[in-house]
Amino acid sequence: MSQASNKVFANGWMFAVYLFLYLPIVTLVVFSFNDSKLVTVWSHASTRWYSALMQDGDLISAVSLSLKIAFLSALMSVFFGTFTAFALHRYSRFRGRTILHSMATTPLVMPDVIVGLSLLLMLVSLQQWLGYPERGLFTILLGHALLGTAYASVVVTSRLKEMDGRLDEAAMDLGAKPLQVFQLVTLPLLAPALVSAFLLTFTLSFDDVVLSSFLSGPGFNTMPMVIFSRARLGLNPTINAVATVTITIVSIAVIASSFYTSHVERKRKRETALAYSDVNK
Amino acid sequence: MNKLTRFFQSLFQGNKLVIGIPYGWFILLVAIPLMIVMKISLSEMESTSISSMISWTNGLPTLKLNFANYQFIFSDSLYVKTFYSSLKYALITTLICLAIGYPFAYFMARAPKHIQPTLLMLIMLPFWTSFLLRIYAWKTLLVSNGVINNVLLSLHVIKEPLAMMNNSFSLTIGMVYSYLPFMILPLYANLSKLDLRYLEAAADLGTSPFKAFWLITVPLSKAGIIAGSMLVFIPAVGEYVIPELLGGPDTLMIGRVLWDEFFSNNDWPMAAAVAVVMIALILVPMAILNSAEASLEEGKS
Repeated sequence: MSQASNKVFANGWMFAVYLFLYLPIVTLVVFSFNDSKLVTVWSHASTRWYSALMQDGDLISAVSLSLKIAFLSALMSVFFGTFTAFALHRYSRFRGRTILHSMATTPLVMPDVIVGLSLLLMLVSLQQWLGYPERGLFTILLGHALLGTAYASVVVTSRLKEMDGRLDEAAMDLGAKPLQVFQLVTLPLLAPALVSAFLLTFTLSFDDVVLSSFLSGPGFNTMPMVIFSRARLGLNPTINAVATVTITIVSIAVIASSFYTSHVERKRKRETALAYSDVNK
Repeated sequence: MNKLTRFFQSLFQGNKLVIGIPYGWFILLVAIPLMIVMKISLSEMESTSISSMISWTNGLPTLKLNFANYQFIFSDSLYVKTFYSSLKYALITTLICLAIGYPFAYFMARAPKHIQPTLLMLIMLPFWTSFLLRIYAWKTLLVSNGVINNVLLSLHVIKEPLAMMNNSFSLTIGMVYSYLPFMILPLYANLSKLDLRYLEAAADLGTSPFKAFWLITVPLSKAGIIAGSMLVFIPAVGEYVIPELLGGPDTLMIGRVLWDEFFSNNDWPMAAAVAVVMIALILVPMAILNSAEASLEEGKS
């Protein structure tokens, strides 16, 4: 093969994969503006399913429950995930590090049904013993926070690895207390990773159906649970409308956060360069 | 406020807390639950509490273990078939993801440096949009009066709608679609760090590009191949949502069986036993993943 035909083949392959990845999403969005009750047959453009969405009480309360859980579980995930990342990265030589590492990776790879079942059985045992917790918002939150912690710790760890440990040492040499070092040096450097960990774990929680189904109690239906039970029964145009709204919000958030991250990164590089140029003067 | 500051100060003085907090969190939510699953899988339907498993003889506690659930799983042909079929679908998914993902990751790593972040973000973006909704989207595409059939019928490519839904085809498409990014990302991470001088040296010594690819690129990306394959294979074995929405009556998957034992039959000990067998099946792949990740990390530093 010549160089040029190689390139054509490579571009064609990549294009085909992107097409495969995006075709279903584009179809969902396009057919959400379809007037027909049949999801797959185009009649003409309308926003009728969006108006139907506005009146869909079940779905709206499910969305607000999901938002609540996603927000709280993302906060918890970033908190515990940061601790996990510090424990694994900064104190790399403590007894039981391997155990912590494998416990932290278990929720990442273990099938959701096992994580959900095991958490539920633990919570039921706890309830038999203490009379608490009732299944509901709190138990779903706990499940999502567990999954989120595992992901957040991966994001924060990869950032910690890139960070220059000498900056912390320099701050300490200059007399900063450990808390000051954390506030003034470590935290600002870590901020972009914390933001992306928050967004990632928020999305994971907002998307989860398996853990929620295991951990939910009567009257607590998250948005994915409602969508899942409708999708099981068949095709439903309101799902397309929900999908379009979700996809729009998520895409904006992801693109905005990637701009933010690269902005922070560039600013940091500029400041570092300035600092070094001062030294060289 | 002062109290809070002192609390945080104590936190950073005591490394024990930095280690203790995540340790406690994961022991409570990972280690103990898995032990309880193990325990309940060995109990009978009526007695799922710990106290009922311990009987007191002469003032000493003795543990009653009940292997009936496991005996049932291994003697019932439906369970055995389901485990076999889950492993089969997971393997097929992994191989197809590798066949599509390896060339993709390779081309992406060779693309101009300045567009690589965009290419990478385009792979991650679907991953951020709801997994459930994307699986539902395939349903609208594949059903007999679905979008693909409608387009093909109107173009007169086919006369009868193709049966693409609720069979192994739709299941495999859904699984490959969902897990492809998990294959591409570790492969790309690995291939983008490949030292191109090895390939130049091989070319200088007269090796053909094709031979150099098999003798140099593939062996050097072994860790990426293994990590990607395990990241696809392990969750695919226990997948529930995709077989439920896209699979059919013939596509047996163990995640669905566990779900039905739990939610339809309310047989918690049986569901727990199915979970334990599933964990046993993915234990070896998990160990392989761990060592592959370790060698990926060595490669980075």
